[in-house]
Amino acid sequence: MRKLPPLALTGLSLLAGLIVGALALLAAGYNPFAAYATLIAGVFHAPRDWSFVLIRSTPLVLTGLSVAFAFRTGLFNIGAEGQYIMGALGATLFGVFVPLPAVLHIPLTMLAGILCGAAWGAVAGILKSRWGINEVISTIMLNWIALYINNSVVSVEGFRRPHSEASLQILDSARIDWLGAWKTTPEGLAFRESQPLLNDILRTPANAGILVAIVAVILVAFLLEKTVLGYRLRAVGFNKDAAAFSGIAVPRYVVISMALAGALAGLAGGLQVQGVSREVAKLAAMEGNGFDGIAVALIGFSQPWGVFGAALFYGVLKHGGPKLQPALGIPMEIIQIIMGSVIFFLALPGIWQTLANTWRSWRGNRVRSSR
Amino acid sequence: MADSPALELKGFTKTFGSLVANDNIDLEIRAGEVHALLGENGAGKTTLMNCAYGVYQPDRGTIYRLGKQVTVRSPADALAQGIGMVHQHFMLVDRFTVAENLVLGQEPRRHGVLLDRRKAEEAVLDLGERYGLRVDPRAVIEDLSVGAQQKVEILKALYRGAEILILDEPTAVLTPQEIHDLGKIIRQLCGDGKSVILITHKLKEILSFADRCTVIRKGVKVATLEVSQTDQDELASMMVGRKVQWHLERREFQPGSVVLRVEELWARDYRGLEALKGLSFEVRAGEILAVAGVEGNGQTELLDILCGLKAPTGGRISIDGQPIERPDPGKLRELGFNAIPEDRQRKGLVLEFQVGENLVLDSVHVPPFSQRGLLNLQAIRENAARNIEGYDIRPPNPVALASALSGGNQQKVVIARALANQPRLIVAAQPTRGLDVGAIEFVHRALLNQRDAGCAILLVSFELDEVLELADRILVLYEGRSQGVFDRAEATEDVLGRAMAGAAHA
Repeated sequence: MRKLPPLALTGLSLLAGLIVGALALLAAGYNPFAAYATLIAGVFHAPRDWSFVLIRSTPLVLTGLSVAFAFRTGLFNIGAEGQYIMGALGATLFGVFVPLPAVLHIPLTMLAGILCGAAWGAVAGILKSRWGINEVISTIMLNWIALYINNSVVSVEGFRRPHSEASLQILDSARIDWLGAWKTTPEGLAFRESQPLLNDILRTPANAGILVAIVAVILVAFLLEKTVLGYRLRAVGFNKDAAAFSGIAVPRYVVISMALAGALAGLAGGLQVQGVSREVAKLAAMEGNGFDGIAVALIGFSQPWGVFGAALFYGVLKHGGPKLQPALGIPMEIIQIIMGSVIFFLALPGIWQTLANTWRSWRGNRVRSSR
Repeated sequence: MADSPALELKGFTKTFGSLVANDNIDLEIRAGEVHALLGENGAGKTTLMNCAYGVYQPDRGTIYRLGKQVTVRSPADALAQGIGMVHQHFMLVDRFTVAENLVLGQEPRRHGVLLDRRKAEEAVLDLGERYGLRVDPRAVIEDLSVGAQQKVEILKALYRGAEILILDEPTAVLTPQEIHDLGKIIRQLCGDGKSVILITHKLKEILSFADRCTVIRKGVKVATLEVSQTDQDELASMMVGRKVQWHLERREFQPGSVVLRVEELWARDYRGLEALKGLSFEVRAGEILAVAGVEGNGQTELLDILCGLKAPTGGRISIDGQPIERPDPGKLRELGFNAIPEDRQRKGLVLEFQVGENLVLDSVHVPPFSQRGLLNLQAIRENAARNIEGYDIRPPNPVALASALSGGNQQKVVIARALANQPRLIVAAQPTRGLDVGAIEFVHRALLNQRDAGCAILLVSFELDEVLELADRILVLYEGRSQGVFDRAEATEDVLGRAMAGAAHA
């Protein structure tokens, strides 16, 4: 029997996830058609909705890449959440305290996020390669350590914004939202008055983050497939013993892999600060950007462009979901049910293969008997 | 019905996609006989038996048991008909005891719910006594040697009432002593009226164990022969479809300078026990030094140290007179060292990588395969095409995954890589383990060519035939020490055998 291509598998799983979501809605007494119609209408309603989808997808693309990259090299990075927090914190500190012209400030702030995330990832890598500590366990704990580091740094006088639970805001020179500072000046407001389409988009924190994320997707794909480093990382991921036997220094590549995965998640945190939040706040709980990256990586089959597509899909749901509450009174947790079901079905490729085989033989019999 | 065969397969055909694994094969097994199925790697022997055992369903074919047609749709059906099978890869629960494994699925019970451990243990002892399969019923599987685990598998089949026992490559993982024991067990089973089907590609075993032999080549039955009326040459040429050369030509022994020198090497095994106790030897350019010995006398530790995977506790190693302080695989390769690992699937290959990618596993970082950190995919492809042709790797597809290749072809990939770039020194560990005669001839030819070209080769093998065929000098390793080094001319199976058993060198 012919094997199903991954894309078909993904498509079928997405469909099945939406059907399970519909059943859940039905069971709770809502009309699933109305709900999905609202969701789709909510996303395609106005230019600003498109902008929001991209804004919400940007960190997911990068945390998804982070998890996927580690996975391709044989590591399970549950720590994208903590690396994201460290990246956001590092970028904020640099954005607040190091005044530079924008042309330097923007990339260096990103770099600060990347480096902090990479360092946080490397910690797990070093723990694994030096002392054999499983990266799943260490990254989960590092997530909590990152959260409390964030909270205590945000509380430091001089960094904390007075009378708030958040930090100072980064300087305008580090911001990457389009026309960020200008759009609220009188001239900016006057210009927006005359351009309704642009105005609608500029009402959102539209920013350059998605472009950086696309560059990251291209770089990760290139790194994995076209470079010696990527080749060796994959070899270590598939078979450590054979890699070591062939002269590849396995422990070093474990650290490199975790550091690069951390760098991607850290970049996600940095871009979020530079493009959207402009600050970091005290966290009562994990925000989930890193954990959502695990879902995105799974749906994207750990392929860079697959991750990109999965992040966009999740971005659509994340933006459309909250619109269900005011319109139909449906709690937005339905989005989590759909995402969970999609992953569940993706994890069971056997089901689809069996169904496809049955379908083919059934169709084959029909064709034969009609002759 | 006394004359009806114990088992008869008629017209068995099995295809996988476009591959015909079995093409209209007939097979007849008599009660009380040892019937060998002989064929190259991938000839379709195991597939045929998996069909008989109900693991696969044949496309066509009928099974007769004592003259009556039976249906076998699953291993459970097969067992109900008295057909049992021991697979090459054992199917035991590692953490369970022998007795627990024996009764798994057919447990004797107390009060309907409790496992009757005593009865299970008695069953192990009873069956063991009857067929000479003595195993401690309370031993945990993971603590047992491979040979003992195999006994448990055979016991399992007998416990389930097997009258016809299929053994798939039973000797592939056994030491010579264990092979000898297995032979006795098989004899005892046949004496009791049971039939044994032996899947193998080793001619010697057939000649010493089997009564009759059916040869299969590329899915087609070639013939069924009485073993007493045939010989090694006939079987080998039937199996590979051409005449096999048993003794390869070699250039006169002209050793050059010393390439590898090992002095007073000491090492501990994974349990912390002394495994090498002051081993010294040297390998010169243009010679093959074979390390012979029974498995477990320090070979693994020696190989791991030479490949840079383990640190010795004492001693010195030098290559071309240059001392190697702490051997690591990367540095060794820069000195012109290459190796064929013992376990090709674990250490030799990345199974998820393509053949072409595997062929550059140790050289991807140097030109032409990469420049400034970027892969040169063109050069990697060309290298793959060249090696696939030179080593006759099948299927001839550079982008096929290594996992899709048969064992023999996987080994060719490993060897092609190890012999690339004119190495100064090759360490070859069990280079023909699990290969059929055709492939063995090929590998031996390749190693001898390297020797003739002036490469120093250290061969570690448990097969005396291989040692005697290839070596210029033979070092016998016993309990971590050298029992003496023998020249090719003075080494005979007898002399080496005595040294391997620990007798002092006369």
